[in-house]
Amino acid sequence: MLVRRDLIVVLMSLEVMLNAAGLAFVVAGARWHQADGQVVFLFILAMAAAEVAVGLALVMQIYRRFKSLDVDALSEMRG
Amino acid sequence: MISLLWLVPALPLVSALVLVLFGSRLSRGAVAAFGVGSIGLSALITILAALSFFSAPPAGNSYTQVLWTWIDVAGFKPEISFYLDALSLVMVLVVTFVGFLIHLYSAEFMVEDEGYSRFFAYMNLFVASMITLLLGNNLLLLYLGWEGVGLCSYLLIGFWYREPVNGLAARKAFIVTRVGDTAMSLGLFLLFTQLGTLQIQDLMQRASQQWQSGSIYALVAALLLLGGAVGKSAQLPLQVWLPDAMAGPTPTSALIHAATMVTAGVYLIARTHVLFALAPAAQLAVAIVGAGTLLLAGFSALTQHDIKRVLAYSTVSQIGYMFLALGVGAWQAAIFHFMAHAFFKALLFLGAGVVIDAQHDEHSIFRMGGLRKELPITFWTFLIGGCSLAGLPFTAGFFAKDLIIWAALSAEGGQPGFWIAGIIGALLTSLYTFRLIFRVFFGPSNTPVTKRPGYAMTVPLLLLAALSIVGGNIKEPFLAFLHPSLPATIESASAFLTEVQSEATAATVFLIGLYCAYLFHLQKGTLADALVVNPVGRTLHQWWFSGWGFDWIYDKAFVQPFIRAAEINKSDFVDAFYTGVARWAELFYRGLSQTETGRVRWYAMGMAAGSVVFIAMVLFL
Repeated sequence: MLVRRDLIVVLMSLEVMLNAAGLAFVVAGARWHQADGQVVFLFILAMAAAEVAVGLALVMQIYRRFKSLDVDALSEMRG
Repeated sequence: MISLLWLVPALPLVSALVLVLFGSRLSRGAVAAFGVGSIGLSALITILAALSFFSAPPAGNSYTQVLWTWIDVAGFKPEISFYLDALSLVMVLVVTFVGFLIHLYSAEFMVEDEGYSRFFAYMNLFVASMITLLLGNNLLLLYLGWEGVGLCSYLLIGFWYREPVNGLAARKAFIVTRVGDTAMSLGLFLLFTQLGTLQIQDLMQRASQQWQSGSIYALVAALLLLGGAVGKSAQLPLQVWLPDAMAGPTPTSALIHAATMVTAGVYLIARTHVLFALAPAAQLAVAIVGAGTLLLAGFSALTQHDIKRVLAYSTVSQIGYMFLALGVGAWQAAIFHFMAHAFFKALLFLGAGVVIDAQHDEHSIFRMGGLRKELPITFWTFLIGGCSLAGLPFTAGFFAKDLIIWAALSAEGGQPGFWIAGIIGALLTSLYTFRLIFRVFFGPSNTPVTKRPGYAMTVPLLLLAALSIVGGNIKEPFLAFLHPSLPATIESASAFLTEVQSEATAATVFLIGLYCAYLFHLQKGTLADALVVNPVGRTLHQWWFSGWGFDWIYDKAFVQPFIRAAEINKSDFVDAFYTGVARWAELFYRGLSQTETGRVRWYAMGMAAGSVVFIAMVLFL
């Protein structure tokens, strides 16, 4: 995620990270016989779905506006 | 009726609030009805209270009305309570009655002013504060009223705020009186820490029990209170603000800067007379301040051109008489002179207002003249007021002033020097009063009369003129009435004159003044000019005209050094610390804002690196 400049790939990497975190929860829940891990995974799932919806919508808007999805080109919000 | 006492200050206060909040939406008639009506009702209630006070004097000759406890902290428990005795009754009667007449006058006088409702709001607030000052049963409540009248004085001097000069005069009045007020507040602190109360009656009782005559505490407390009185009453050395205060509207000058507020210092000293009796040195200081002021201001009044400034210096001089009376122990005479002065000086100011109005806002008496025929009512009332001021025999001013002049010699603290000062003062009073009258009302007419007063303006003039004449005839019952509140003058036998001889001298001096003024200003107008052309005369004239150069001294001694110090310390060194903090914050801000590049990958990097650092800390530390 840190080396790629394509916004779609960045988003995809983010999804993978979320899934990795979810997997860690499920595995931890299985290891210690706790249902909490699965509950948290459900939360992460819901959150990820929402995030993708918002994220893809933003990607659409950004593409329309800048005709590019290069994250380094989108550096207008400097301090 | 006496239980309605709280309404006396409450009505003007409510009216002031109404006028402040809704004044701009009310018609002029409604504003005048509120402004004048509230004071009228107050005066009516005061008169009814006075009648019941006369017919059935309350126990102890005083009536206390406790409304509620103001503050209750660690034994310090001042109340909002009003104390009515002979002294405060007389003062409140004069304030409400003269105040009502002046309000009535202003209803017509100010009618063309755009700030009509603002004017009445300030005036009503002033009356409310003044009555609080007079009726306050403890020194804290008195101080509240004291500051309230100071505020209203400031607001009304700067009433026409578009002229920068007026704002300057207002600030001068406020700052100079503040010097005195600071001394007074220190006096209150001293009294409270030493005697444990601020209730005036308890305070006087404890002072006479705990302190011996001439004790250092009594002396310091009395001198600090005198400082407050000197500031408010425009006495030496804080008299400089009053002549400039004439920048305000004329009814303001009549009400605040002649009849009522400036006598608050006299009231304060009379109210705490026990304290001053315990400190003979402070009392002597009062007498010296009074005698000095009455002479200085009298000489200054001789040289002024502006009709209102003549009257202002005259006010300073007359209050000097009151201080002289207080200083020699003639407490009742001071209050009697206060009453007479309130009548004739309010009358003179109101008359001056008519004259200024009629002469198209002309203030210089040398550009007036011949108004005797044009404004007959104003002329006759002004003449009566002037005669009363100058001490024409059998007017109020004559009785009051002679009482003081006689006391200056015969009373316990009296001295021949004070008597001579009083007599010279009487000569000066007569001179400047008739100079004013001859210049304004006699001689050739210089400026055409453009405006004549209506009934609302002439009726107060006539009533005040009547009071200025007959006010003196109630001398004996008046003094007897004051007796429960203020001790009678203790006569000492060392006088070298009898009372009748003293009165005769004063009357002679009055005639001399009248004749000299006639010579200088009416018969040969050139005689006064010749005196001014003469180098000695010119220097003296210049010196007196500028009020004995006090303004110059204060400017050089306080104002200029202060401005210079402020210029040197423009970048305030105390501020250096705070601006330093701001500088550092800005520096950090600039440094941190460098990291905000707008690059998403940079931020992600930052987060990843941060997580690594934190995890490392958790794991290895």
